[in-house]
Amino acid sequence: MPTRFGEKRPWWRLREPGIRGHQAAAGWLFLAPVIVILGVFLLLPIAAAAWVSFSDWNGNGSPLGANAHFVGLENYRHLLTEPGLDQNNFGTSLRNNVYYVLLVVPVQTAVALFLAVLVNRRLRGVGFFRTAFYFPSVTSSVAITVLFLFLFDPHGVINKLLSYLGATGPAWFFDPRGLFHVILGQFGVDQAPASLANGFFLGVSYWDWLAGPSIAMCVFILMAVFTTSGTFMLLFLAALQSIDDSVNEAAELDGANEWRKFRHVTVPMIRPMLFTVVTLGLIGTWQIFDQIYVGTKGSPLNTTLTPAFLSFNASFNQNNWGVGAAIAFILFGIIVFFTLLTRLLTRNPDRVPRRRRFGPTTAIGDPDASRVAGRAQ
Amino acid sequence: MTITALIGSSGPAETFAVNNAAAAWSKQTGNKVNVIVASDLGQQLAQGFASGNPADIFYLGNDQVATYAKAGDLVTLDNLKNVKSFYPSLRAAYTYKGHLYAAPKDFSTLALVLNTNSWKGAGLTAKNYPKTWAQLASVAKKLTRNGQVGLCTNPEFHRLGVFMLQAGGWLVSKDGKTATVNNKANLTAFNFVKSMIKAGSMKLTNQIGAGWGGEGFGKKECAMTIEGNWIAGAMTHDYPTVPYRAVELPAGPAGKGTLQYDGGWGLAAKSKNKTEAMALISYLTQTKVEMGNAKAFGVMPSVKADAKEWKKLYPQFAAFLAGADYSKSIPTVPDIATVLGDFNQQLQGLPQSDAKPILNRVNGELQSILK
Repeated sequence: MPTRFGEKRPWWRLREPGIRGHQAAAGWLFLAPVIVILGVFLLLPIAAAAWVSFSDWNGNGSPLGANAHFVGLENYRHLLTEPGLDQNNFGTSLRNNVYYVLLVVPVQTAVALFLAVLVNRRLRGVGFFRTAFYFPSVTSSVAITVLFLFLFDPHGVINKLLSYLGATGPAWFFDPRGLFHVILGQFGVDQAPASLANGFFLGVSYWDWLAGPSIAMCVFILMAVFTTSGTFMLLFLAALQSIDDSVNEAAELDGANEWRKFRHVTVPMIRPMLFTVVTLGLIGTWQIFDQIYVGTKGSPLNTTLTPAFLSFNASFNQNNWGVGAAIAFILFGIIVFFTLLTRLLTRNPDRVPRRRRFGPTTAIGDPDASRVAGRAQ
Repeated sequence: MTITALIGSSGPAETFAVNNAAAAWSKQTGNKVNVIVASDLGQQLAQGFASGNPADIFYLGNDQVATYAKAGDLVTLDNLKNVKSFYPSLRAAYTYKGHLYAAPKDFSTLALVLNTNSWKGAGLTAKNYPKTWAQLASVAKKLTRNGQVGLCTNPEFHRLGVFMLQAGGWLVSKDGKTATVNNKANLTAFNFVKSMIKAGSMKLTNQIGAGWGGEGFGKKECAMTIEGNWIAGAMTHDYPTVPYRAVELPAGPAGKGTLQYDGGWGLAAKSKNKTEAMALISYLTQTKVEMGNAKAFGVMPSVKADAKEWKKLYPQFAAFLAGADYSKSIPTVPDIATVLGDFNQQLQGLPQSDAKPILNRVNGELQSILK
């Protein structure tokens, strides 16, 4: 490419060779390991998976070889518009995961924040509780799942405890009844009204969409809250400790009580962290896989089937690689959508937008947060 | 030269036996064999096929054979030296589009396994082994006592399907082209199951919180279960104090019927040592080795000539072998495992819901893969 001086330069030295001009090559050299690692382990697999989702690859030989042909959006069309088992499974898995996300994300965020506020005091022995609350987070999810399988065995500890209280516990991991259906059943509604039974979305009837999480799924929900609250507590704790004491003192001077201080000082100041926690929660919950793989493999009655597990199953066990990859990419789309939505909802309403953007702001030391802090002072 | 063998082992006894047989072949031929025990056979197979560097030979269930054969992952074994020695029904179970795609190595049928203590306790004798559905219902009722339910089994087609056969029904029509899941005979079968559940003399394992029939049976939650001969291993290791025996399943309105589960050796199309690999498969499926396996971990040989010796070895399990005369394997159709997987999921709701919508649903799914 000709430059100002008419000479030809390689692409990595298009800029003017300033005082550090000859260091560009060295810069690329130092970056090379990271670029190669990211490329080989991140970009290439994602690109290959994207290709598979547009192909009819049958798992024999390389997906870039002769056994894979481009079929356009066929796999997506099959999943989303063609009534049948694949669509029904996909719809069911989405239904299950939606309820899982709806219950886990708010509860784990609230519990984590509550715990963080509790342990954010200068009290004796508070270190013990910080460790105790964080403990489930450092244990492997497989180990915790196995533990829960024993705890929630129909003849297990939980049901034994319930029996001492005179209650009969459900069969937990074996119970496919939807929570909302169970509650409705208490009021004598155990049949779907015709309007709900005969309407379908993604192969699942409206009545089944409204089933709520199954009892089995509720155990997974409980487990997720139990295991992740500790991690998020730690994040909240970091944010809480970055709030300057003078802010709280100022609020106290203005006559704010504990609740008002929490609601109008603490929460706005940790808003960026709130965004981080909710986003991480959303991503984690939409990707739930290992608990299902170890625990139930989608049983009972497909009520713990999730898109991530379905994608694995369709690919590895059913040799249906295109559909499996398509599920993964739809899941990717869902996660991106919800992340953007969270961004929109947790945006600081007072802020004057510097420019239109969606990227997350840095959590701690966020310039906007400190501006708010300045205003509060 | 090294041949890789990928197996899904039932435990140390099986791994040991396969390793021994492979070592003996190595000694004969000078070729090495590397036996790998898979932790997730399906996933590891799929990985191998995709990488172009699969294990040379591997365990293959007959529910997956059509899927892999269709994808071109397998080599036909029509020319296997000892191909004629297997039961015809086993060969049929591994035949896709007229070609044999795995060498049967062992199989089991399902039989009625009963707790002999409970049997005596309910005042029953050998004369009461049920021959008909009515008798099954009656003994199940008598056995439902002392906190034990008469019969329990997995909420699966892979167990309850025996009633479909006994009622004269099946998944597909004789020519294999039409799904018949929702025909009258199958409905009769599931209505019979539901009637026993309703009477309280039968429970599905998800109702008693057991992972499978063997667990419910071993933990004395139920006095009878419907299982294959693999239950013997579980009883010896986990429930050695429960006395039991296996008898043939009762006949239904259309006569006797039971399901058959087959294990076989497949040979990868991408194997670089096909000739030697086929020789190894041939060695592993001959009488001597199969009887060795039978002694080591109780499987039933796929070689018909071994039946007599096996019966002598395991007289208490004669019922599993007797079932071979009238048993059926699931149809060799690509994606059948997926459809049956959904059938199993739907049957978990059988106690609460009608059988008809379940059968209609699965019928539609099955028809769509038969095409």
